[in-house]
Amino acid sequence: MIENRPGLNALAHLVLILGVVVVALPVWVAFVASTHGPTDFMSGTVPMWPGPHLVENYAKMLDTGLSTSGTPPVGWMMFNSLVMALSIALGKIAISILSAFAIVYFRFPLRGLAFWCIFVTLMLPVEVRIVPTFQVVAGLGLLNSYAGLSIPLIASATATFLFRQVFLTMPDELVEAARIDGAGPMKFFRDILLPLSRTNMAALFVILFIYGWNQYLWPLLVTTSSDYYTIVAGIKRLADVVDGLPQWHLVMATAVLAMLPPVAVVIFMQKLFVKGLVETEK
Amino acid sequence: MASITLDNLGKVYPGGTRAVGDVNMQIADGEFIVLVGPSGCGKSTLLRMVAGLESITEGEVRIGDRVVNTVEPADRDIAMVFQNYALYPHMSVRQNLAYGLKNRGTSKAEITRRVDEAAEILQIGQFLDRKPRALSGGQRQRVAMGRAIVREPAAFLFDEPLSNLDAKLRVAMRLEIKELQRRLRTTSLYVTHDQLEAMTLADRLVVLNGGQVEQIGTPLEVYRNPASTFVAGFIGSPAMNLIPSRAVPHLPGSAHAGIIGIRPEDLAVDPDGPIEMQVRAVEELGAQRLVHGHTNGADLTITLGSHADLHDTLRLSAQPEALHRFDEKTGKRLA
Ligand SMILES: Nc1ncnc2c1ncn2[C@@H]1O[C@H](COP(=O)(O)OP(=O)(O)OP(=O)(O)O)[C@@H](O)[C@H]1O
Ligand SMILES: [Mg+2]
Repeated sequence: MIENRPGLNALAHLVLILGVVVVALPVWVAFVASTHGPTDFMSGTVPMWPGPHLVENYAKMLDTGLSTSGTPPVGWMMFNSLVMALSIALGKIAISILSAFAIVYFRFPLRGLAFWCIFVTLMLPVEVRIVPTFQVVAGLGLLNSYAGLSIPLIASATATFLFRQVFLTMPDELVEAARIDGAGPMKFFRDILLPLSRTNMAALFVILFIYGWNQYLWPLLVTTSSDYYTIVAGIKRLADVVDGLPQWHLVMATAVLAMLPPVAVVIFMQKLFVKGLVETEK
Repeated sequence: MASITLDNLGKVYPGGTRAVGDVNMQIADGEFIVLVGPSGCGKSTLLRMVAGLESITEGEVRIGDRVVNTVEPADRDIAMVFQNYALYPHMSVRQNLAYGLKNRGTSKAEITRRVDEAAEILQIGQFLDRKPRALSGGQRQRVAMGRAIVREPAAFLFDEPLSNLDAKLRVAMRLEIKELQRRLRTTSLYVTHDQLEAMTLADRLVVLNGGQVEQIGTPLEVYRNPASTFVAGFIGSPAMNLIPSRAVPHLPGSAHAGIIGIRPEDLAVDPDGPIEMQVRAVEELGAQRLVHGHTNGADLTITLGSHADLHDTLRLSAQPEALHRFDEKTGKRLA
């Protein structure tokens, strides 16, 4: 649909600008807050323009953190989050692309059952099975470990479904041509399926990285040692102060820092990401 | 290079559909065989059984002297060209051609030699580093053939390779395939539903109907002596007139046959002719005209030169040797 009427154009822009303002305002407020000193919030008015303490606040959080809250430096928490988000994203992609490959291209006994088992887990997100999952993870001695943080979140069906859909759109002739060309199943997978699903993997990576990065409830549960705190869960701990006022300027600096990696991932992978979502030509 | 033997070959699909039955055929080394028939008659199934892409439920396929019923497609020493080309979209043309050879462990130097040679034959040298997406349909078709050629297989299998091309290109490619096969002398099995393509390409035609072989023969044999009304109606354009003999009682031999077949081009206007035709419609084709009409209730089509006079009724005659006689019940040709 391509309309070219000035009135509509103006309206479209108005709506877009409004949307941007609504989304961007809280981010702006958080940023502004992170550049002021500790007392500026007690005065009752929220400043709208950046203050002079930007470098100081950020340096403090990255370097030493807020020791009174029991959290490690923000840099360390970000590293933990990075490990968790990457493990979840890569682990999920690896497992689901393999299981989708098995389901789409192989005839084996109980294939239907396997498919439905995977399907059912779709209805059981982490929050629903959190107590038994915690039990299992604790029983395996995985509390306070990167494995405990990421493995339970790797098991899920959404990505398997996505790849199944992708594989189903591959023409049968491609499989047959590869068979005649002497490519065995794994060779076909490596030489043809993987390269052809590249953009889908990229799109999925972006989505899953953000999903992993933003995990809150699960890391809060399985980490008791500050060595394994992740940043999103850490923000909550920073804001929790028993007596006295939260150090909002520092909390906001942390929040802004926590936002950066997902934004970076989206920006750097944008081209592939969009291609993966809209591309149909195989 | 090798001969191919089909021995009582049959296919029943898991659902119970009998797609092919009792096909017996001997394809000589270097022969160009075309499987032709209407949609759904089992051409692709038959071809895919030879390729090894479809399991064989009855009978035997031999390539050379080797029974290949359970041999993997890659080990049958065949190459296949698909209707939608099935090129690997993420590989360059060169990689597409080389992929099968690489999997076989052919040496780098040999691969380069064969790819360059095929590119030379098919004139796709300037596209070697492009992706298939950046090629036209005809160019993709060439690449698909190139992929078959570089393998230097015992047999080429084609499944309607030209049906995605426009009419003009189809004619050009048809010629090229024919020339190529002459030059390489590779046994070929070619599937099409286009009888003209079949006639022009084949050393021998196999006409299939409902999974059964109706007739095997050279294009001229099949054209001149169709074995059944099905073949008569399928091969030749415009199709042969198949007339119940009671509608044309004055033709020689019509007393002994249920159905008389006459090709439209074998009917000539003749004031004393035994057939009277009421003209219903005329199709102008430029060089000639197709005149449709009926005689005694039976439909009739004739071709006339574009200068012939047209009347509402025409009297027609045919040479006795141009008449084909078929049994009314079985549709089989009568001697
Ligand atoms: N996988 C299948 N399972 C069951 N029946 C099938 C299968 N594939 C084909 N058939 C049936 O077998 C018959 C022959 O099919 P086939 O594809 O060989 O026809 P064809 O001659 O190639 O037709 P077309 O010219 O349309 O390609 C058809 O009746 C079809 O419905
Ligand atoms: Mg077919």
